[in-house]
Amino acid sequence: MIPVSFDYVRAGSVKEALNLLAAGDGSKVIAGGHSLLPMMRFRLVQSPRLVDISRLDELKGVQEFKKGVRIGAATPYADLVGNALLRERCPIVAEVAAGIADIQVRNRGTIGGSLAHADPASDMPAVMLALDAEFQLRSKKGGRRTAKARGFFQGAFATAMAEGELLTDILIGGMGRNAAAYVSFDSAASGYAIAGVCASVGRKRATISEIAVAFTGVGEIAFLAGSFEPVVGTKCDLAVVEKSATEALAGIDIGGDVHAPADYRRHLAVVAAKRAVQTAYERAGA
Amino acid sequence: MATLFGSGIKRREDPRLITGNATYTDDVKLPGLTYAMFVRSPYAHAKITSISVDAARKAPGVVAVFTGRDVKDKLIPVPCAWNPPNCDLKVPPHPQLAWEKVRYVGDAVAMVVAETRAQARDAVDLVEVDYEPLGATADPEKAAQPGAAQLHAEVPGNIAFIWTVAGGDAEAAFKSAEVTVSQRIVQQRLLPTAMEARAAVASYNRGSGQLTLWCTSQNPHIHRFLCSVMLKLPEHRVRVIAPEVGGGFGSKIPVYPDEVLTAFAAMTLGRPVKWTEDRSENYKVTIHGRDHIEYVEMCGTRDGRITGLRTKVYAGLGGYASTAAPGIPTILHGLVYSGAYTIANIHGVIHGVYTNGTPVDAYRGAGRPEAAYLIERLVDIFARKIGMDPVEVRRRNFIPKDRFPYTVATGITYDSGNYEAALDKAVGMLGYRAFRAEQEKARRQGRYLGVGVVSYIEICGSGPGQVAAAIGFGGGQYESAIVRVYPTGMVRVYIGASPHGQGEETTFAQIVADEFGYPVESVEIVHGDTDNTPQGWGTYGSRTTAVGGSAVKNAAVKVKEKARALAAHLLEANEADLEWKDGKFQVKGSPDKAKGFAELALMANVAWNMPAGMEPGLEASAFFDPSNFVFPFGSHICTVEVDIETGQVKILRYIAVDDCGLQINPMIVDGQIHGGVIQGIGEALQEIAVYDDEAQLLTGTMMDYAVPKASQMPTIETAHTITPSPVNPLGVKGCGEAGTIASAAAVVNAVCDALSPLGILHIDKPLTPARVWAAIQKAKGAKS
Repeated sequence: MIPVSFDYVRAGSVKEALNLLAAGDGSKVIAGGHSLLPMMRFRLVQSPRLVDISRLDELKGVQEFKKGVRIGAATPYADLVGNALLRERCPIVAEVAAGIADIQVRNRGTIGGSLAHADPASDMPAVMLALDAEFQLRSKKGGRRTAKARGFFQGAFATAMAEGELLTDILIGGMGRNAAAYVSFDSAASGYAIAGVCASVGRKRATISEIAVAFTGVGEIAFLAGSFEPVVGTKCDLAVVEKSATEALAGIDIGGDVHAPADYRRHLAVVAAKRAVQTAYERAGA
Repeated sequence: MATLFGSGIKRREDPRLITGNATYTDDVKLPGLTYAMFVRSPYAHAKITSISVDAARKAPGVVAVFTGRDVKDKLIPVPCAWNPPNCDLKVPPHPQLAWEKVRYVGDAVAMVVAETRAQARDAVDLVEVDYEPLGATADPEKAAQPGAAQLHAEVPGNIAFIWTVAGGDAEAAFKSAEVTVSQRIVQQRLLPTAMEARAAVASYNRGSGQLTLWCTSQNPHIHRFLCSVMLKLPEHRVRVIAPEVGGGFGSKIPVYPDEVLTAFAAMTLGRPVKWTEDRSENYKVTIHGRDHIEYVEMCGTRDGRITGLRTKVYAGLGGYASTAAPGIPTILHGLVYSGAYTIANIHGVIHGVYTNGTPVDAYRGAGRPEAAYLIERLVDIFARKIGMDPVEVRRRNFIPKDRFPYTVATGITYDSGNYEAALDKAVGMLGYRAFRAEQEKARRQGRYLGVGVVSYIEICGSGPGQVAAAIGFGGGQYESAIVRVYPTGMVRVYIGASPHGQGEETTFAQIVADEFGYPVESVEIVHGDTDNTPQGWGTYGSRTTAVGGSAVKNAAVKVKEKARALAAHLLEANEADLEWKDGKFQVKGSPDKAKGFAELALMANVAWNMPAGMEPGLEASAFFDPSNFVFPFGSHICTVEVDIETGQVKILRYIAVDDCGLQINPMIVDGQIHGGVIQGIGEALQEIAVYDDEAQLLTGTMMDYAVPKASQMPTIETAHTITPSPVNPLGVKGCGEAGTIASAAAVVNAVCDALSPLGILHIDKPLTPARVWAAIQKAKGAKS
């Protein structure tokens, strides 16, 4: 479990990090390293240089953003779990962060690292999709730009980020009176989702007025379902939710592995959707 | 004076372990140290057509590269040390480095030694090996079928042995039985996963011809002997040191090729060599456990009496016969087929089969969990068939408490037991009837609750030597101790056993301190170094306290007898007039005429005034060869709720009532039970080593192999009954494996009970949500 030889630079500023990444030499950004280092140890990733951004305060913390929050990409999960502003404005992010892996991982692993890594079974991408988050990206060449989460995840471990770009901030607008819930069924070994669903629901009295549902763990990459419109106008009719979820998964090529055969994974995704929508609905009414 | 025996004092070894002050094998650093790494086969079965090491030899920092052809004439192949009788065991050559053929993924083909570990790792990638892949299977039943790929020319049909256990007349019992049930049971491969992977450091002194090998061993004296054989060194020139060992669970019993090669490299190069296994390597090459495919039948009467048990078992051995492997599915499995019951007619046929999997050997429980599981599953299936409560069926078949020592149909004699008392206690702790009522109510609400009961026995603390010989074990089964008292009265105890986490540095000190009227701090236990400990056979099979503890006790008694004689001499009294009181020998009725143990130690060590004919010094050694095995037992009960929408199993309560005889340290006993139960729950619910059709291991990392985590485990409620063993001076049995032996069946019985309304009789472990859900779908399909 020894990686190939590599250089290591601890960036003193975002600007320095961007300069290093602009070299185009295959340098990799490291923050918590909980995904990158194992891949390097297996020699699946052989990078000539690591640029460490984990000590850059400008990439950390949770701030007010309109009626929502701005989260620094290098904020460790552990800092999200108890963050009061996040708990008030966007509690689902804190809740999901609390359920990721174990304390050691949450102390090191960062939200931005996970999103940029785009593991098809990680939890946060589904949350970002359901909440319609935006990502701020910076590079030496291209300056700053904003990318919507919806469209960011392009394949397993593939995103809309360009060479030399760094994810700096996650922006989540105000949720108003909408509420979200995340339900996942995890591998007993890795803790990664076999199937996970994040649902964001708005309601007018007992009736659902707005809904966004995103899946993770089931396909090549987390995705936003386009099939839940029929749920709007119902009082959280779970038969309709089930039909919408089944439809959302119909076109998805679901793989089987040692943790879950494909048919079981498909079934679990439907169950997760029903339970997530139900919980979000209840929370929105509370 | 209160005794330390029976007191749950804290483990003395823990402070150094949890503060980073322990020395493990990988912590050993020597001047001029070099580092070894292995080139391992990516194929499960292949001919080696060529190996090119030129580029690796020229790589930076590389000291040497060895291939199988370089070492095959210099080393004796890896031996197998357990040859059960009457089974025609075939042990084909096991070269340390494969040179003709590889037989499992991870089989070593070359060793690289370099100045740094990173250089060795880089050079491994430069060794080019050409393979011609052959057909492969890791499935023991498939490997035993005609037409399966042949692993070894010397072993036609891949059958290493066929071993039979028989007692009574099973054929007649089944023919005349009122009720017969049968079940195919798969006991999956498991990965032992000790927290510390294996490692070896070797140093050879060319001047003295002395080899020192530090390695992760549960039995350094066995390592010493087998290494001396393979390296062709006289045994007294080999010193094996097992420093701190971070768990073994059986996986550090075998003597492995890589350990011997590390020593060979140090001897050849004249420089010390270190090899440290990483986790991926550990999962590929350190032995696996279980791997049985079983066809089991049970017969009995409609009123619940079990009259017969019959099995046909395919036990996978993997690519080669590991050190103790043939004894596990035979002696340690078939001989306990009677369980806690008076089953008069037993017949079992065990096929040991070579497969293209990693070698299989002892894993916590080693053969006995497989036996307890198949018996206890079948008892439940039998109970369901006759419509009787499974608790009642167990009661009707228990060996009665007044029948011990009791000889079962397989021919072994149980030392002592009171099985009904343990079951009563467990049933009482749960509130069994109340739970059945709750279960009934829940079912009407569409919820699936279940209860699983297990009454197990196990066999451990093996002996005497004649038995070791009779069962084909290639060594002794006694244990040894030297109790040495220093002039200041401080005591060191040198033992042949080799604890590696079980707590004997505490419990053995409790035994000796009690004998001498000392606080526990005055006694140190020394183990793990063959140069300063007497011959022993290691720590495994829950034997160390029953056998090694008895040796410690006997040696301490010898020392005390000498101290008594010296005290009589110094007090000018007859020995018969002395009594041991308040930690002193005193003349009866004259408490002012007394000698404490520390004073006697000084007098013995300076020898200024010894009785005529008495040698100076105060120490004694003892070798304890037990007259019989010991047979711990108990009852475990698990309750579960199954979410039938997802197949998820939630354990509601886990109750463990264990009887391991008298307890030296109840806290340590509970710790052993906790660890064992958790490993069994892991086996029941989530652990499985999966091979694909080409015998590639698909669960080669912890991302895919589900080692139990604390957050996944229930609270464990422990309790005990105490039935002393008559076969050793301490009255103790073993408790290291009990939890694992009982718990897998308790959990699976509970889940199958929960799902009984759906007509589900059996699901093979591990009961992952996916498997439970699939069984529910199948049952629903069959019903509709």
